[in-house]
Amino acid sequence: MAEAVAAISLPAPKGHAMPVAVVVAVIVVIWYGAAIPMNAVLADPRIAAAGGGFYNTLAISWSLDRPVIPVPHQIAVELWNSVFLVAPWKVKSLLYHLWVTLSSTLIGFGLGTLLGIALAIGIVHVRSLEKSLMPWIIASQTIPILAIAPMIIVVLGKTGLPDVLTKAVISTYLCFFPVTIGMVKGLRSPDRLALDLMRTYSANAAQALWKLRFPAAVPFLFASLKVAVAIALTGAIVAELPTGAVAGIGARLLQGSYYGQTLQIWAALFVAAFAAAALVWAVGVTERLNQRRMGGRP
Amino acid sequence: MAAQAVIEARDLSLTFATGDGPVYALSKVDLTVMDGDFVSFIGPSGCGKTTLLRVIADLERASSGSITVNGMNPREARMTRAYGYVFQAPALYPWRTVERNVGLPLEIMGLDNAAERIRRNLELVNLKGFEKKFPWQLSGGMQQRVSIARALAFDPKLLLMDEPFGALDEIVRDKLNQQLLELWGRTQKTVVFVTHSIPEAVFLSTRIVVMSPRPGRIIDVIETNLPRDRTLDFRESPEFLKIAHRVREGLKAGRSYED
Repeated sequence: MAEAVAAISLPAPKGHAMPVAVVVAVIVVIWYGAAIPMNAVLADPRIAAAGGGFYNTLAISWSLDRPVIPVPHQIAVELWNSVFLVAPWKVKSLLYHLWVTLSSTLIGFGLGTLLGIALAIGIVHVRSLEKSLMPWIIASQTIPILAIAPMIIVVLGKTGLPDVLTKAVISTYLCFFPVTIGMVKGLRSPDRLALDLMRTYSANAAQALWKLRFPAAVPFLFASLKVAVAIALTGAIVAELPTGAVAGIGARLLQGSYYGQTLQIWAALFVAAFAAAALVWAVGVTERLNQRRMGGRP
Repeated sequence: MAAQAVIEARDLSLTFATGDGPVYALSKVDLTVMDGDFVSFIGPSGCGKTTLLRVIADLERASSGSITVNGMNPREARMTRAYGYVFQAPALYPWRTVERNVGLPLEIMGLDNAAERIRRNLELVNLKGFEKKFPWQLSGGMQQRVSIARALAFDPKLLLMDEPFGALDEIVRDKLNQQLLELWGRTQKTVVFVTHSIPEAVFLSTRIVVMSPRPGRIIDVIETNLPRDRTLDFRESPEFLKIAHRVREGLKAGRSYED
């Protein structure tokens, strides 16, 4: 079991497809099984009306319109319908909603990365900044985002900022943190010799930063960016919840829960999960390309 | 023209304050290094030889006494980029190719003619053809040669070397000693060289400074007066053994062989 878990959390190399497939199969089986008792409240009367029996139980429990918990093939059909059978610029398309959320995510991710790097550079160079800023930075992350997001949205909404930017602020708020922490560690990673070398050249702080500290911090930066990009997406979705946004993954989740459209909720959740995985993957690919440029061992 | 003093230290002491009380790293050191000299500091660990080199380089500050480098205090000398420093480890930046590592000081100092300087210095350490390699693609000896080329890239008159070959195996070390000697002969640099190898010190130096620990001080200064164009065979000769013997006597007098 431990092996199988490891196989999922790591990019599966060749020969590990089997454990991954087994785990997926187990999850799917449990899912289908659990769906029967969980949907019983809605399904039981209809099963009884249809005359009961094993076949009717399965057929009805797994094909309800608004099930308590939909089964995988229902979600797959809903995904297919809302992703491939609708033009992507239509409100019915999940791709449209994904794009709305993703644009905030990417803007927030970009701003958060810049903010995170700037804070780290400040902290590494000015000792008093570490003392004065760090407590605030850490405190900012202890406040549940669900509590603070509505306030930020309302305040920023009054300033006439476009929605896409208001939501991006929430993403920024969440994702600067891992970047700051990673970069502080990374900028401090050069060893004594590497720093002494700069000193023998009488290099100034800016030269030491751009020629030594920053390149040395790049591996730390990428590790942080993988975390940051995933929580930037979470931030954008959360930002859509309290505002009654009409578009975006968060809006789909909210509407789904208002109207009991569980299929819609689950389809939106899956799209969000795929998007997060794709974003993390994209950061990983950029990392590998950059590693090659920076002389990493193949 | 009489040779000029490049480094002059008078009554130089350095004490580190530690949790266990003061550590006397250097005590009343007097030293003069003349232009064109090859001076080695030799002694056991803790004798202050690296500390002395770091004081010359302004990587440490002396607690008392005076020291000048090119007639300036070490800080001014560092600011005028008076010396190239070679560390115990190559300290190459792994994200830079060999040529960009050698070019690093040139970028920082804003010197022109970088391509030409890089080419010339890589040739000097016999690394032509390795310009585009990354450090991990080179052996330890080659990496240390890159770091020597990097120290020479901006053409400082003074080369400070802190046990540069200490981490290498003896065969590679012999070869690099010979190459360093040739390089010294060709470039006319002043070299200050820290080592804990007696054969290395005797083979390379015009003067050997024998040091001893607790407190770090100079026991003996030996003028070798050896021919400049010596080869590895020279290490079998009676003169060589005589000097090596005197170094060992100095170390013994400094109680370096005791526990």
